[in-house]
Amino acid sequence: MAILRPAGDFDTTYAHDMATIRQPWQWVLLFAFILALYTLPFYASQSVVSLVNRIGITIIAVQGLSILTGYTGQISLGQAAFMTAGGYISALLVSELNWSFFLALPAAAIGAGVIGLIFGLPSLRVKGFYLAMSTLAAQFIIPWFTRNAFPEVLNGAQGLNVPVPVLFGLEFNSPQRYIYITLTVLIISTIAAYNITRSRMGRAFVAIRDHDLAAELLGVNLFKYKLLAFFLASVFAGAAGSLAAHNIRHLNSETFNLIDSVIFLGMLIIGGLGSNLGPIFGSIVVELLTEGATLLGPFFITLFPSTASGAVQALRPLFFGFTLMMFLIFEPRGLAHRWQIVKAAWRLRPFSH
Amino acid sequence: MNWQLLPQFAVTGLLLGGPLALNALGIVLIFKATYIFNFAQGQMLLLGALITWWFALELGAPLWLAIILAVVLSAILGLLIERLALRPMTGQPLLSIILMTLGLSQVLQGIALLVFGSVQRNFPQIFSVADPYKITTPFVFNGNNITIILKQNLVWSFVIAILCVLIISLFFRFTKTGLTMRGTSEDHELAQSMGININRVFGISWALAGVVATVAGVLLATSSGLDMSLSVVVLSAFPVVLLGGLDSIPGTIVGGLIIGLSTGIVSASKIQVIRDMTEIMPYLLLLVVLLIRPEGLFGQKRIERI
Repeated sequence: MAILRPAGDFDTTYAHDMATIRQPWQWVLLFAFILALYTLPFYASQSVVSLVNRIGITIIAVQGLSILTGYTGQISLGQAAFMTAGGYISALLVSELNWSFFLALPAAAIGAGVIGLIFGLPSLRVKGFYLAMSTLAAQFIIPWFTRNAFPEVLNGAQGLNVPVPVLFGLEFNSPQRYIYITLTVLIISTIAAYNITRSRMGRAFVAIRDHDLAAELLGVNLFKYKLLAFFLASVFAGAAGSLAAHNIRHLNSETFNLIDSVIFLGMLIIGGLGSNLGPIFGSIVVELLTEGATLLGPFFITLFPSTASGAVQALRPLFFGFTLMMFLIFEPRGLAHRWQIVKAAWRLRPFSH
Repeated sequence: MNWQLLPQFAVTGLLLGGPLALNALGIVLIFKATYIFNFAQGQMLLLGALITWWFALELGAPLWLAIILAVVLSAILGLLIERLALRPMTGQPLLSIILMTLGLSQVLQGIALLVFGSVQRNFPQIFSVADPYKITTPFVFNGNNITIILKQNLVWSFVIAILCVLIISLFFRFTKTGLTMRGTSEDHELAQSMGININRVFGISWALAGVVATVAGVLLATSSGLDMSLSVVVLSAFPVVLLGGLDSIPGTIVGGLIIGLSTGIVSASKIQVIRDMTEIMPYLLLLVVLLIRPEGLFGQKRIERI
């Protein structure tokens, strides 16, 4: 889809040509939106705030997956495992070494990134489906490691109690306070993801996605960029895992599991592959669906009384899987593409073609 | 290494390789014909077992009738899945197809949970639990011959699983439908131009996979009980599939036996750390296979051209 700009919106400088936010009113809208998010705890209920919290953390994880799967085309079923790694690293740094959470978060991101590098190594030899399998192995090996290795530190299958982040004596111990951390990290990660994908690195990623052998012939260093994609994806996952761990304040090997990895991929498809809006749309839609399943649960209990307690657990995978399948069949390019169509139609009104 | 326990664990591991091979067969059947890796095989297995349970215990049908009805229903389920979910995905990129089967697995899991609930169920015992087979081996430890105890359900599950794999490979080798299916697995367009109706082949593959899933589901449910975690069993069949080769039916037996045996041997170790590795042993082998020989032992190596 060509980039459609309103009449009279010309590029007068190179910076203006590259700019994402082109109009003063767009800046105003953006800051109004961010302000609305930051003041959320003052006018929204606790359940809404914690939902936004969860969505924000999910978006960060999916943004990482978007770099790896959406832009570089390397299918990963291990994103949740790297979240586990990040969560454990940050929890241990804070509770065992008494680091500040705000130092442990980037450290956890980098640490998860390094672990991601290790599991990205097979990507040099295998691709496509086989790579999905090797990341699936990561999804089993990393939780196994946290269950069985160093039981005196990692506390086995019981998991860890994660301390509350403290900054200058202020404890981030409720969703209303924690949301400030989530939103700040989310803004940083969004800017980072956006700029990664439109830089030289991002173009190399897209070249690898479109055809890796051809990309190599064009001079893209496959070794470097594939590993870089794995590293970046795991950095985002590590940050998200650290945030989630300190948010729910408990962490074990099952906190982030295979189903989560699948759901992240589904969010990416529903939102739209190879787009920066995709992870945001996808995470919001799927999290709201999950929330809807929780709300609809009691209604289904009356329909299927024999399975009363299981209705909510049943509806979540059902809603998610059904939505994912519908998107794959009818809109494989996701909501981001649909959004482009809506924008284009608005620009072209009243001539829709 | 615990030499006294080793024969027992190795043989048990080998026997567990049988059902693994059967699960792998379901995946290979679909992959061979359609180049689709079916992540929903575990949920098809779960549904097959649940339907059998429903016919046998809720409706009171005799077990053999329940199994036959469940097999027919799951074949229809396979056909439906192929027609409704996978047919529209023809020509779509790999990621979409992988996610389609993953989404399918979530939907089937949800349906199973919604209709049957998540309670643990007693599945009718097909094989006697009481008197296991005992084999005295020629190996001597501390002056006594080592005796291996074989549970009947393990032995017969193994036999039935291997029989199923053999029947399917004979079907592929000697029938006309089998020939068209082998032709389709070579090249879709070529097969179509030779007059093979590849949609029919896809449908048959999915139906067969449904049948295999139900048989595997019944075998697993009768030895380990029936609940929602049954679908997880298939995850450990993925390494089997890759080890044997994605499109090789004999490969599933070999892969299943190797994975089962190695898991058994690891669990006989005296060192705690190695014994803990039992549950991830298949995946460690999977990584080794992917790094050394991604196409598996018997798989067809595909050469990529620009």
